[in-house]
Amino acid sequence: MATTRSTASRVFSDRAFLWTCLIATNVAVVVLAVLLVSIFWQGWGTLEWSFITNFASRKPAEAGIRAPLMGSIWVCTICGLVALPLGVGTAIFLEEFSRKSRFTRIVQTNIMNLAGVPSIVYGILGLTAFARMFGAFGTNTDEAITFGSEESFWYLRIPFGSSVLAGGLTLMLVILPVVIIATQEALRAVPSSLRSGAMALGATPWQTVWGITLPAAVPGIMTGAILAMSRAIGESAPLLVLGGLLFVLNTPENLMSDFAILPLQIYNWAGRPQDDFHLIAASAIIVQLAVLFLFNGIAVLIRQKLQKPLQY
Amino acid sequence: MGIRVRCPAREPAVTALPTTSSTQQRDLRRLGTPKSVSARAFRERLIVACLAVAATFSILVTTTIVVVLAKETVGFFAFPDVTVGEFFGSTEWNPLLGAEKHFGIWPLISGTVLVTVIAGSFALPIGLIAALYLSEYASPRIRATLKPALEILAGIPTVVYGFFALTVITPALQKLSPAFGNYNAMSAGLATGIMILPIVCSLSEDSLRSVPRSLRDGAFALGGTRFDVSVKVVLPAALSGIVAAFLLAISRAIGETMIVALAAGGIAQITANPAAEVQTMTAYMVQIFLGDAPATGVEYKSSYAVAAMLFVMTFVLTMIGQAILRRFREEYD
Repeated sequence: MATTRSTASRVFSDRAFLWTCLIATNVAVVVLAVLLVSIFWQGWGTLEWSFITNFASRKPAEAGIRAPLMGSIWVCTICGLVALPLGVGTAIFLEEFSRKSRFTRIVQTNIMNLAGVPSIVYGILGLTAFARMFGAFGTNTDEAITFGSEESFWYLRIPFGSSVLAGGLTLMLVILPVVIIATQEALRAVPSSLRSGAMALGATPWQTVWGITLPAAVPGIMTGAILAMSRAIGESAPLLVLGGLLFVLNTPENLMSDFAILPLQIYNWAGRPQDDFHLIAASAIIVQLAVLFLFNGIAVLIRQKLQKPLQY
Repeated sequence: MGIRVRCPAREPAVTALPTTSSTQQRDLRRLGTPKSVSARAFRERLIVACLAVAATFSILVTTTIVVVLAKETVGFFAFPDVTVGEFFGSTEWNPLLGAEKHFGIWPLISGTVLVTVIAGSFALPIGLIAALYLSEYASPRIRATLKPALEILAGIPTVVYGFFALTVITPALQKLSPAFGNYNAMSAGLATGIMILPIVCSLSEDSLRSVPRSLRDGAFALGGTRFDVSVKVVLPAALSGIVAAFLLAISRAIGETMIVALAAGGIAQITANPAAEVQTMTAYMVQIFLGDAPATGVEYKSSYAVAAMLFVMTFVLTMIGQAILRRFREEYD
């Protein structure tokens, strides 16, 4: 440092900065506390068991979240079943099988870009690619090609329309980059001595990945997957593009059912002018946050229980 | 593990690896199952091919986004009452009401920028200072309580922040000044700031913590205070990662939808007044997709042009972030 300063002034700036730090950090904590308290304050009174088992209603006192809750479960299950294999597969390919080629560099940059794409743009993609299938099969759902009977859960109709399946696949697009990046980080954290050991014993590359690398990376992958799923549960903009705000009075029965989801139901109620609807919106948020904290809690547990030092 | 020797005389010695669990033993045995070399090579190739297909899917997604947005945007500009010059030149966005429709993108961009600037000026300084505190000052016990709080903030759905803006922030602002209406840019901006705060903080902290310890030790040895060390040594060393974190957070704020749809209002206008009602690009898209505009009409198609604009903006920000990370990363190993 070119300037000479008195020790007193240096100590003073150090102290002042520490206080700035403390204030800034506490802002985050205070905001979180205010957010949670205000929502519980508004929503606790109207949160009853009948709120969870009732269907939507035009009267706030009778309204419930049964259809959106079941819709969210269906959509997120489909989303997870597709996104996890696809994301983990991509990450394994990038980390374990590809040399540093032009192709992998393009894929890597591309994934970073996908992670930054606004979720509403994914909604447009889902609407075009899944719900309407680029208009290749006509736009009228009565003329759609169907497979199976409507009683079975795997009943298929092409194009998918604004169905549970189209919703799940759209959400899959949103969380795919998250899953890929988390899995890549988990795989990178596995020490290369483990791989070398397996190879030295005569294992092929895939045997090394399946038997050694992947099991060692499972805690990291699970944590990333759960955080991705908690993003999927809360994501509403893409599904708003897909189906709008549907007033649904039944739970999904097959892959082609119409659906409502919890965050969109909250959006619907929060956007109305009446205060009564704001109260039940807060109740729905409590349910949503409970599911979310459950997910985060599981992630933390897995991190603590399974994460042993990677030295055998 | 391919060959297993049975040696009854030395039974205890053969049951070696007493620490490995039974599942590990099973895994290792399965790995060594003898198989024809060609069958194994075929299986390897098949699996790698499947993985490569999975990796290609992500490129397919990007390509489809670009193609869909480009095609529909071209379709939008093909309407007789829309011109490219008006889209980028006019300052009036009025596609739904009135006899004459106007499609000038600037009011929507102005609304987006206003909300993003408010969010950024709240979240970027606080997030960075909190990150410095967590990485340089905080004891492990404080870190262990603060990190989960930030992770919870990061996981809260954006619609909840929108609700919070509408029912808590807006009434509070109205108490401070009567200028704030029921919908205003300030409330939406602050809520968006709260939303991006954990992103700024945790990504900046990652990059601060990756600065090697030897740099800190050296600075302390030269007589620096903790302030000198963290602000004059660690911060510059981690700057590329911090700038990348800022850019990511800003592109999140630009693309944020539910908060602005709930709290910012619906009047597309060019203004720098935080108490005014503004419409952002995302809020306009929500309005179109929730409304009953016919899917072949010019209003409906205009949302694709807005989406294309949004995609380009976030894409450019991400690319700049990537370039900064690559170009200016300090390597200390």
